[in-house]
Amino acid sequence: MTAKRLVGGGWQRTLSFGVLLLLWQLASLAADPRKLPSPRTVAGVLVDGIADGSLPYHIGITLARVAVSFALAMSIGIAIGIAMGRRPRLDRFFDGWLVLFLNIPALVTIVLCYVWFGLIEAAAIAAVALNKIPNVIVTLREGARALNRDHLEMAEVFRLGRAKTLRHIVLPELFPFIVVAARSGLALIWKIVLVVELMGRSNGVGFQIGTFFSLFDVAGILAYTIAFVAVIQAIELALLRPLERRANQWRR
Amino acid sequence: MAAVNELHIDIVLKRFPAVGQASAVTAIKGLRFAVRSGEFVCLLGPSGCGKTTSLNIIAGLDSDFDGTIALPRAAGRPRPVIGYVFQTPRLLPWRTVEENIALVLDPAQARPGIVDELLKATGLTESRHAYPERLSVGMARRVALARAFAVAPDLLLMDEPFVSLDEPTADRLRALLLEIWQARPTTVLFVTHDTREAARLADRVVVLTAAPGSVQSIVAIDTPRRDRAEPEVVDRIRRQIAQPAPSA
Repeated sequence: MTAKRLVGGGWQRTLSFGVLLLLWQLASLAADPRKLPSPRTVAGVLVDGIADGSLPYHIGITLARVAVSFALAMSIGIAIGIAMGRRPRLDRFFDGWLVLFLNIPALVTIVLCYVWFGLIEAAAIAAVALNKIPNVIVTLREGARALNRDHLEMAEVFRLGRAKTLRHIVLPELFPFIVVAARSGLALIWKIVLVVELMGRSNGVGFQIGTFFSLFDVAGILAYTIAFVAVIQAIELALLRPLERRANQWRR
Repeated sequence: MAAVNELHIDIVLKRFPAVGQASAVTAIKGLRFAVRSGEFVCLLGPSGCGKTTSLNIIAGLDSDFDGTIALPRAAGRPRPVIGYVFQTPRLLPWRTVEENIALVLDPAQARPGIVDELLKATGLTESRHAYPERLSVGMARRVALARAFAVAPDLLLMDEPFVSLDEPTADRLRALLLEIWQARPTTVLFVTHDTREAARLADRVVVLTAAPGSVQSIVAIDTPRRDRAEPEVVDRIRRQIAQPAPSA
């Protein structure tokens, strides 16, 4: 049943992509080829980029930035989120700050980081992480507020201690919230990373897109976009989904 | 000075402050009794008389009360070890049966093989790798029982652990509890509202008044436990609990 549905779903998805590709082809025939190159031209640029190594290099650089800022944002956000969710006084004090940081536009954080720390790697990473941290805090705070009291009391009576309670009770219970934060985090972070690269780095997908923009090279932009989206999807499928499945195996 | 091995309870006053529309409630007033080392005492009373509240105070989960609690403690232990079987099993759904029991153990102090022994004693060896959501209600209670005994407690607190089970299952679990307790003796304070259950299990029964809870009477049961399987015997003990003879 499940297998059949999967096969059916795969078939539908292929058809759906085929239709999209066809529409693109038709549109490119009608439009100026410089403004909208055909799928074939873009595929050629993609293959060339892979062959000369430039595309894997820039995507690799960008992915490394995504990974570091993602890890930073998640760990800092989870820690602060749990602390605020568990301590009402702390929560009341910092809630206003949180609202402020949530509403600072990504562009402002990026510009300020570059101005304050210079056009360096650390500033780029910090700018991306700072943009994501408030969202992680808000998500995890919700989860930490609703932690199961029964389990915490059990931990207290049996004297599990802080480390064991955190690792075996609090974090597993917050796992669904962590997954939500990670999913939306990845989607947000890889978009912001490109802006950071465009504004202040000399490599990475964002930098390349900027270069193509100045050369009016739409084929290059599309080729990098397609390659990058494919890589991000692969990470989601190969890393996040299995992790989620594993952590949820106890559910009926 | 009280011996270190007895449980001494002296709750002068426990009040729950007013919250919103609800007015303040005096839950316990003048609850005072002792449990000897290795004794099995049932705390019997109507619902709402402060039974769970007193257990939580004894367990250290609630420190907002007037009075003192002295816990039993085995020689050589820096602080008393408490086992608690809650009204619901309170197992972690993301850990298997075995992992739930192992979680409460201190690897530096626990005897190796203790988990296996308790799994065997509670008949859970086959289900050791099962997750709690796949267990029957009775099995989940057995895991909670095994977990509480795993820490080799100086004091075992039990809060109506067999409530909401069908009577045959509850009865089997009571027999299992006595069996494990006799193999691993410890001081037990068992809360129940069921006179029959108290009659079946206890060395002594502490009967509480309606709220605010205090001691109404303390009844010692001399009938050996092996004779308490007979319904007539249990009924006789129940009458004894309901109207304690002055000599008792």
